[in-house]
Amino acid sequence: MTLLGKLTWQAIPLHEPLPLFSGAAVVIIMVAIVAWVVIKGYLPYLWREWITSVDHKRIGVMYCILAGVMLLRGFIDAIMMRTQQVMAYNAPGFLPPSHFAQVFSAHGTIMIFFVAMPFVIGLMNVIVPLQLGVRDVAFPTLNSVSFWLTAAGALLVNLSLVVGEFDRTGWLPYPPLSELAYSPGVGVDYYCWSLQISGVGTLMTGINFVTTILKLRAPGMHYTRMPMFCWTALASNLLIVAAFPVLTATLAMLLLDRYVGFHFFTDTGGGNSMMFMNLIWAWGHPEVYILVLPAFGIYSEVVSTFSSKPLFGYRSMIYATMAICIISFMVWLHHFFTMGAGADVNAIFGIASMIIAVPTGVKIFNWLFTMYGGSVRFTTPMLWSIGFIVTFAIGGLTGVLLAVPPADFQLHNSVFLVAHFHNVIIGAVIFGVFAGYVYWFPKAFGFTLDERLGKWAFWLWLIGFWVAWGPGYVVGLEGMTRRLQHYDVAEWHPWLVVAEGGVLIILLGIIAQIAQIVVSVRTREQRRDVTGDPWDGRNLEWATASPPPPFNFAVLPDVTDQEPYWDMKARAREIGQLTRPEPEYQPIHMPRNSPTGFVTAFLAVVSGFALIWHIWWLVVLGLAGAYATFVVFAWRDHDEELIPAEEVARLDRANRAVRSAALHHRQLRREVETQREPRQ
Amino acid sequence: MSAFAGGDAAIDRKRSSAAAGHVGLALIALVLLGQLAGCGRAQLQPAGPISDAERKILLDSVVIMLAIVIPTIFATLGVAWWYRASNPRARRLPDFVYSGRVELIVWSIPTLVIIFLGGIAWISSHDLDPAQPLPSKAAPLDIQVVSLDWKWLFIYPRLGIASVNRLEVPAGVPLHLMVTSASVWNAFWVPQLGSMLYCMNGMSGTLYLEADRPGVYRGESAMISGDGFADMHFDTDAVTQEQFNAWVTSTRNAGPVLDDPAYRGLLRQSVPPHPYTYRSVRQGLFADIVMQRLPPGEGPRGAAPNVHPVGLK
Repeated sequence: MTLLGKLTWQAIPLHEPLPLFSGAAVVIIMVAIVAWVVIKGYLPYLWREWITSVDHKRIGVMYCILAGVMLLRGFIDAIMMRTQQVMAYNAPGFLPPSHFAQVFSAHGTIMIFFVAMPFVIGLMNVIVPLQLGVRDVAFPTLNSVSFWLTAAGALLVNLSLVVGEFDRTGWLPYPPLSELAYSPGVGVDYYCWSLQISGVGTLMTGINFVTTILKLRAPGMHYTRMPMFCWTALASNLLIVAAFPVLTATLAMLLLDRYVGFHFFTDTGGGNSMMFMNLIWAWGHPEVYILVLPAFGIYSEVVSTFSSKPLFGYRSMIYATMAICIISFMVWLHHFFTMGAGADVNAIFGIASMIIAVPTGVKIFNWLFTMYGGSVRFTTPMLWSIGFIVTFAIGGLTGVLLAVPPADFQLHNSVFLVAHFHNVIIGAVIFGVFAGYVYWFPKAFGFTLDERLGKWAFWLWLIGFWVAWGPGYVVGLEGMTRRLQHYDVAEWHPWLVVAEGGVLIILLGIIAQIAQIVVSVRTREQRRDVTGDPWDGRNLEWATASPPPPFNFAVLPDVTDQEPYWDMKARAREIGQLTRPEPEYQPIHMPRNSPTGFVTAFLAVVSGFALIWHIWWLVVLGLAGAYATFVVFAWRDHDEELIPAEEVARLDRANRAVRSAALHHRQLRREVETQREPRQ
Repeated sequence: MSAFAGGDAAIDRKRSSAAAGHVGLALIALVLLGQLAGCGRAQLQPAGPISDAERKILLDSVVIMLAIVIPTIFATLGVAWWYRASNPRARRLPDFVYSGRVELIVWSIPTLVIIFLGGIAWISSHDLDPAQPLPSKAAPLDIQVVSLDWKWLFIYPRLGIASVNRLEVPAGVPLHLMVTSASVWNAFWVPQLGSMLYCMNGMSGTLYLEADRPGVYRGESAMISGDGFADMHFDTDAVTQEQFNAWVTSTRNAGPVLDDPAYRGLLRQSVPPHPYTYRSVRQGLFADIVMQRLPPGEGPRGAAPNVHPVGLK
């Protein structure tokens, strides 16, 4: 037993130029960014306003930034895989099998856990408290801990690029391949500890948001007045609370197998690998809906706003959301019809899976009827939504097809399956978070994003997706299985070349998105959202300034309708002035910033790294430090900051002034229009 | 008044052209699927009763769903475009937020489709249960399939011979496959014959398949099993009964013997450069693998990558 456990110089891939250079590049970029921040003197600002912030809006933005950065990392993996398969027809390509396996495992892990999850959770963080008309989430410091633990998991995954190796068994480490006998390296340990750490963060997010939505809502906001995004966020977080402990327990069992010689999943010594398959999908299938339900919520908001109509069939949408939430727990077996469970079991799970298509279909029709009779504006978020409906209709079709067991016997684990889940995850989740990102960006930052580049990004992504994954369906039907490092079938090759082209089109889409940010930031003064309501919105997030003050609302709004802000605007137009007279401003207590989250996460990275490399003294040190941090936080006796009444008044008067001006402007315009009407 | 009439006519024209569009797209989809069926050499070009039935289910399900998916896509695009803010002829209904009749329809359409497809799923799951023997006059041929790191072992227990990385079968005879793994999971899959099945250590699964006609059908593993995974494919040679008998005779007369030491050699992680056969197999070998009386493969015995792709031409 050495001081550094299993860690030696051999862990650094000095003999493999590709990971060495890419790892070195990442390290250099990170060091450069940190150095730039320190030299420019931004560090105190970052520490004060962001790193230790417990403001849900700041935390939400940091989640989205994490997701964006990780999207780039996961996308580089995607380009490498597509390129390898173009080169590897009767040839070894440029990635040896051990490296190729790390790339596809990292791609899946990163895209699900560190892109889709943080993006969805980030948008929920920014928007849900605003839509509920409240000042923060139920447990603000816990929220910061959640974010930093997620970031800690992401850091550990990326650390494996430079120190050691990543998992080589796919994005779900099926035993016995992931057991110590067949994966003796640290790859599976990197995977497990990263997800254990970030999984705790996600579980706490779930608890936090379930509590927030159930217990903290503006006066008058009954369940049947909650915006659809809050409903889907509630469903999603209920699923997190129910499903993530299963993931944690499953990975804990795998870790016990690997670290102390247990036999949960070994197939020898009384273990059973089929148990892992069942458990991991008992989490994994709800996970799909944890991601997609909030995306459905975003589409509901976007389609309603840009059709200038309330959501059609609001109650029906609630039933559909909650039906999906419940049924999603009863279908996990469809991920392994080919295990040989027998006809009755397969058929029952197949039919249960198909039943989910009913509420999902209802949602699609309700969006359609929301547009029907509306006044549709083709803004970027609306394009993403329409692109989603078209793309997702096909993805849903192939999904129901895979739920027919005998069809699945011929499609399971083929590229057809991979095309299906990219079809739904890109087509529904990623399109959804992009729609939400463009839609809510002005709320978070106070200026809108460039529409022209946004539309370019949409079309490039949409076309790129189909060019990349249309061929996936074809080669899947030609018998190509997933995760092939090389192959010798001539028919597959041209399709894989086309798919590479699709990935490059998506790359252009991503470049357009980066350009969109750069251009929009540079021209932000022209694109200021002064009214706080750039899209003529309907829910409470648009009732406050952009960006909102730290306390969101000077006085909690009174909700009397299912679309509170639309209702307020309508009444204000009727009476020709703001609905509420200026209130008597009170000082507001806001939770105080806290470094607890950052410190805990730092210690979690230390402990995780030490556990991966068997550096036991460091494990003890890290865990003791994390516990000490928790104790220090628990003993705090000053946890709130007071925002004086004058400050609240100043900020709210500014907000009222612009809204009043907007109202009068609209009033004048309307008068001009009504005068003109008779002449028409 | 005239303006309204004009609008209606335009809507009618739009409707009929949209309907024509649906039919057109359905035809294109069918033609594409047909093309695939012609040019692909896998699931859509079946060579046995199981894959044939599965192809039929696959195509039927797709067509049933396209009947609802294609109109939905066109309706979405059509409604979005017609109700664009700049269209002066669109009739705005800002208060159309609920309609019991519409709700009934939007819940019924998917429900009816799913009841229909659910029926197909139930019946076909039972008809095509992999463990169900095939109706045939010929007695089924027993084959024991063992996935190893990274090769396939096919044992013919009644014939006392075995083959590595080539599955020789007589056409027109049902195959009774018993499937297991000697190390990690794999999935046994010959797309042109049908149903894949997981190979798992300590367990044996049953799969019935049949090749209708002679031919060479690609077989592969459909479950990641480590560094040699991409080389875990094999040819299934379906031949006539006479040719099969001749193959059995020649196999019995040449090649090594598969006894316990030879099996331990097979267990080691490797990718054999080409297929070969064993002239005899120790009795009860498969049962000993399944019952773990013979221990599973030991894995790489070291952290470094342990195989580089071979078998590349």
